[in-house]
Amino acid sequence: MLAYIIRRILQSVLVMLVVALVSFALFRFVGDPINSMVGQETSIADRDALRDQLGLNDPFLSQFATFVTRAAQGDFGISYRLQQPVMELILSRLPATLELALVSGVLAFVFGVGFGVYTALRRNGWASNTIMTVSLIGVSLPTFLIGVLLIWVFAVELQWLPSFGRGETVEIGGWTTGFLTPTGRASLILPAITLGLYQMTLIMRLVRAEMLEVLRTDYIKFARARGLSNRAVNFGHALKNTMVPVITITGLQLGSIIAFAIITETVFQWPGVGALFINSVRFVDVPVMAAYLMMIALVFVIINLIVDLLYYAVDPRLRVDRAATRH
Amino acid sequence: MSIFTKDHSFTRARKMLSVSALALVMTSVSANAETLRWARVADALTLDPHSQNEGPTSTLLHHIYETLVGRATDGSLTPRLATDWRISEEDPTVWIFTLREGVTFHDGSEFNAEDVVFSLNRVRAESSGFKALHSAVESVSMVDDYTVHVKMSGPSPLYVQNLTNTFIMDQGWAEANDVVEPQNFAAGEENYAVRNTNGTGPYTLVSRDPEVRTVMAAFEGHWDESPAVTEIIYTPISEAATRVAALLSGEVDVVQDVPVQDIARLEQTEGVKITTGPENRNIFFAYDMVSDTLRSSDAADNPFKKPEIREAMALVLDRDAIQQVVMRGQSQPSAAPLPPFVNGWTEEMNAYGSPDVERAAQLVVEAGYPDGFSVDLNCPNDRYLNDEAICQAMVGMLGRANINANLVSQTRSLHFPLIENWETDFYLLGWGVPTFDSAYVFNFLVHTREDAYGSFNGSRYSNPEVDAKIESLETMTDLEARDATIAEIWEQVMEDRVFLNVHNQMLAYAMRDDINLDVHPENQPKMTTVTFSD
Repeated sequence: MLAYIIRRILQSVLVMLVVALVSFALFRFVGDPINSMVGQETSIADRDALRDQLGLNDPFLSQFATFVTRAAQGDFGISYRLQQPVMELILSRLPATLELALVSGVLAFVFGVGFGVYTALRRNGWASNTIMTVSLIGVSLPTFLIGVLLIWVFAVELQWLPSFGRGETVEIGGWTTGFLTPTGRASLILPAITLGLYQMTLIMRLVRAEMLEVLRTDYIKFARARGLSNRAVNFGHALKNTMVPVITITGLQLGSIIAFAIITETVFQWPGVGALFINSVRFVDVPVMAAYLMMIALVFVIINLIVDLLYYAVDPRLRVDRAATRH
Repeated sequence: MSIFTKDHSFTRARKMLSVSALALVMTSVSANAETLRWARVADALTLDPHSQNEGPTSTLLHHIYETLVGRATDGSLTPRLATDWRISEEDPTVWIFTLREGVTFHDGSEFNAEDVVFSLNRVRAESSGFKALHSAVESVSMVDDYTVHVKMSGPSPLYVQNLTNTFIMDQGWAEANDVVEPQNFAAGEENYAVRNTNGTGPYTLVSRDPEVRTVMAAFEGHWDESPAVTEIIYTPISEAATRVAALLSGEVDVVQDVPVQDIARLEQTEGVKITTGPENRNIFFAYDMVSDTLRSSDAADNPFKKPEIREAMALVLDRDAIQQVVMRGQSQPSAAPLPPFVNGWTEEMNAYGSPDVERAAQLVVEAGYPDGFSVDLNCPNDRYLNDEAICQAMVGMLGRANINANLVSQTRSLHFPLIENWETDFYLLGWGVPTFDSAYVFNFLVHTREDAYGSFNGSRYSNPEVDAKIESLETMTDLEARDATIAEIWEQVMEDRVFLNVHNQMLAYAMRDDINLDVHPENQPKMTTVTFSD
C-alpha cells in the first residue's frame, strides 16, 4: 500500500513537470505582458528594460529552470497584473472555487444518482421521460448560455436570486466562506446549478445505464427469488455494484468542475481562481497562469490518487488481488 | 399640458436645479445617506497611486487620492490640490504651484508642500508607471509650506497637462510604511501601498477585496463640499451580459462600459437611462509607408508608399456606414486623427467627403496594380469598441477597389507588439490624448522613431522637417506661435495621409433613471459629481 502510494506520488511529480513545460511553451503564444503593464507613453527602451528585468528575454529553458526551482520552494513570484504574491492570490481565491465546486459536485452527485436510480427503476413513467428529456437539454446547451439564461429568469425577471458575485462572506482562519450568510447561500445557487448541470446529467445517465445492466444479472434475480425486499435488492445489491464506475467518473468530474469553473465563474463574476485565470490570460500575467495550471494539475493528480484509494474501499476484489501479489 | 400642474413643475424645477446649480442640490441631498453601487468591466489593478498608468486604476484612485489639477468633463483643467499654477516670469523652465491650504489626509496629517515634493519624486522613480509623463522634470523643490517649484530641463509650457493623473501621497505615511517607491516587480515582494491608502480625496477606503468589492465612504474632513453620494460600492463585472443584468435586476446603480449592442434596448427599458458622450480616443488605420517591400503583400514593391494608393484607401472608407452598421450610431465619424477637444483639432481636418469607389479602383490601376494587390490587416479584437468588426468592414470596402486585405485579428497583447516591433504592414490603432494637446499625438505617432519619440509610429513615417517642428513645440512658450506650428505639422501629416482615421469612440454609461452622471472624456467618472433627481 505504502509503496503503491509512493510510486503514484513519483508519477505525479513527473506529470507536474510535464504540465509546467507544456504550459511554459504555450505562454510564448499568449503575447507580450509588457504592453499591459506600462502606459502608452513608455519608451521602447524602457519597455525593453522592464522585459529584461522580468527575465522575459532569457532563453526559454533558463526561464523554465528558474520557474521550476522557485516553484519547488513554493515561490511563484509576483503577479504582473495585481502586484501581489501569486501564491497568496490563489490561496485567497481558492475557497470561492472550492465551495462552488463542492456544492455543485454534491448537487450533481445526489441528484444524478437519485434520478439515475429512479429512471432505471421506472423506465417508462412520464416523470422518467421528463427527467431524461430535460437532462438532454442540460447536456446540449453550453454552460455560458445556461448561466445567462438562469440569470435572466431568476435575477432579472423574477428577482429571486443575485445575478453576480458571492454575496457576503465570513472569514474563518484565512478561509472565506459564503455558507454562513443568507446572501452567500443565495449567491451559490445559480452558479452551482450552472456548473453542476452537465455533471449531474452525466452521472444520472451513467447510473441509469449501469443499473439497467446490473438489474438484468442473475444474482439480482436470485436475490429477488430469495424474497429480499425491493429496497434491499435495489439499493443494497444493485446500486452498490454500479458505484465503481460512478465514483471514478465523479472523482474525475470533481477535478474538471474545479478546472472548468472558469466559464461559470466568468459569467457570474464569481471571485474564484477560474476568473483569476481568465483575467490573467487577458493580461498575459505569466506567473499567475503558470501557478494556476500547476495547481489544476495538482488537483487532478490528487483526485486520481484518492479515486484509486477509494476503489480499494468499494471493491473487495482489488484488496484480494493486492494481498495476493504481496505474498 | 400637464407639466403646468403644480407637482410637475416642482419636479421639473428640481431637475433643472440639479443640473445648473449642482452645489445647491448637493447640500440638500447630502442630508440623507446615499449609497451608489457602481460596476464596470475591470477592477483597479493596484491602489498604489504611481504604479500603473491604467484607466480603471486611475478612475478608482481619483476618489481616494487627489491630483494637483483635475480634468473637468469638458476637458478643461480645474484646481484641485493646487489652487494656482503658472510658469515663473524670471525663468521659463520653472513651474510654480500654489497649494490649497487646510487640506488633511485621511489619517489626519496635514497636507503641505513636502508631500507634493515627495510625490513628484516618487512618480519619477524607476518603477513608476507615470515616469514618462515627468521625464522633462529636473528637480522639485519646496519654497514654503504651500508653494512648490518644479524645474524643467527646458521650457515646458504644457507640463501641467501631464498632472491630471499624478496623485499626491503623504510623505510621513509613505516613509512609515516603507513605500517611498512604487512596486518593483524584480524585488519580488508586495508593497504596502498596493492595498492600503492614505489620500486627501473625497472618499476613504473602507474595505477592499480585489476584483470583488471595494467600499469607500465620504471623507468627513474633505476640503470640498460633501458629495451627494456618501458611500460607493465598486464591483467589477467582466461579463457584459451579467453587467447589464445586474443593472436591470437593481443590484447595481451605475454601469460603465455598456456594450454598444445593448444601448438601444436599455434606452427602451423602464427605470434605466443611458448617457453618452465622446471619449478621448480616436480609431484609425495606419500602414507602413516607408519600407521598400511589405511583409505580407503579393506586390513586388510597397503600395502604401504611393500617394495614389493612400488616396484610394481614403476614398473607399465609408465612415458613415461604419458608424451606422458597426457602431450602431455610437461614434463620431471624422477624418482628423484626434478627438475634437484636443488642442490643434480643426473643423477642416475633421471633414471627409463621400466615398468614391470607382475613382479609388482607377487609382489602384494607375498606381501600377491592374490586378490589385493583397496585404494583411492586423487588428486587435479585445481593445476598442467593435474593433474587429470595423476591420471586417474595412476589408470589404478595400475589396471593392481590388485591394485584398486579409484580416488577422488577435488579442491586444499580441497585436500591440506588432506595432512596437514594426512587424505589421497595415493595422488598426486607437489613440487617446491625455494631455489634450496635439504634441502628444506627434511625439508618439508622427516623429521618427528614436529615443523617447515615435514608440507607436508603426507607419515608419519620418520627415526631418516635421521632426524639428515637433521638437520645437516642447519648449515654445508663445502659445500662439505654438498653435501655428501645430497647424503646420497637421497640414503636412494630413497631406501625406499618415493616418486613415475612422471615428472617435463614444462612451455610454447606463444608470438608474434618478441618477445624473455625465460621461467623462477620459472615461474617469467622478462619483462626487453624481446628483439625484426626485
